[in-house]
Amino acid sequence: MLTNEIFEKLKSEFGENILECNDQQPVDHFIVVKSEKLFEICHTLRDDDDFLFDYLMSLSGMDLNENLGVVYHLYSMKLKHKLVLKVMVPKTDPKTPSVERIWRTADWHEREAYDLMGIEFTGHHNLIRILCPYDWEGHPLRKDYQTPESYHGMKTSS
Amino acid sequence: MGLLNRLDDPYEGGGIVLGKIEDILNWGRSKSNWYLHFGLACCAIEFMAMNASHFDFMRFGTIPRTSPRQADFIMITGTVTFKMAERIKILYEQMAEPKYVISVGSCSNCGGPYWEHGYHVLKGVDKIIPVDVYIPGCPPRPEAFQEGMIKLQKKINEQAIFNKRKRLKKEQSDDNK
Repeated sequence: MLTNEIFEKLKSEFGENILECNDQQPVDHFIVVKSEKLFEICHTLRDDDDFLFDYLMSLSGMDLNENLGVVYHLYSMKLKHKLVLKVMVPKTDPKTPSVERIWRTADWHEREAYDLMGIEFTGHHNLIRILCPYDWEGHPLRKDYQTPESYHGMKTSS
Repeated sequence: MGLLNRLDDPYEGGGIVLGKIEDILNWGRSKSNWYLHFGLACCAIEFMAMNASHFDFMRFGTIPRTSPRQADFIMITGTVTFKMAERIKILYEQMAEPKYVISVGSCSNCGGPYWEHGYHVLKGVDKIIPVDVYIPGCPPRPEAFQEGMIKLQKKINEQAIFNKRKRLKKEQSDDNK
């Protein structure tokens, strides 16, 4: 299935929760959805006979200055088609549903996105830092991140 | 010391060598260094080549140990992050004296490519533990490892074992004159 066909089918099921479909630009075609119904949308994408996206290839966080975003790359082993799904959350309250219960891969990916970008995945069973030390302050890959002077008495600058 | 070359053609009269005990002890120490390898990044991959048969690191008498308590020196190969720095310090403190440190590669020497913008990288392992030999390179070639090992052996050979304090005091008083 092509991205615009998936978009039409999702639109008929979830209505205005599906925001836009970008299939014009010379990049991977993607669909933007609202974060409220994300869990149900992902459930449909995995279990519907037309989609069968059984493989989450990657989950990445991004910083768009006023918003934070999460990008899901999906692949169907059976139907051999791909989908890029995007969701935006405001920086003041970066909460989005966790898809860890749908694809187990998302467990560590969501912990990484939380660690480095500060996106909070509600419903994740163990949302703690994965790369930085547990007592690290801030989320380092955000654009407005200020590098601290020192960590445990060790200087960060040379 | 070239003693092995003499095995086929020994000294006359049974082969007696006169020397200082200190030199013999140092010779033994420098030729059997057991090490704790702390591999952190690509330098550790290069170090695997160093350990394989072509370059044969064991010809220096070095044997890899898995415990810091059995090691004479620790080899820091790779990027030292803050998270790892604390562990390195613990391992170094667990080693028995006399102990040495070899810092391998740009990252552990000075921070390497992360020297300016790495929020997570310690800018040189010498900020937390004293380093005896720095091996430059990114990553260093096995020849550089050999050079570094020879440097460490030279350093051990020149070290004082007996009456260290007395000698140090004498040197200091000599300096003051």
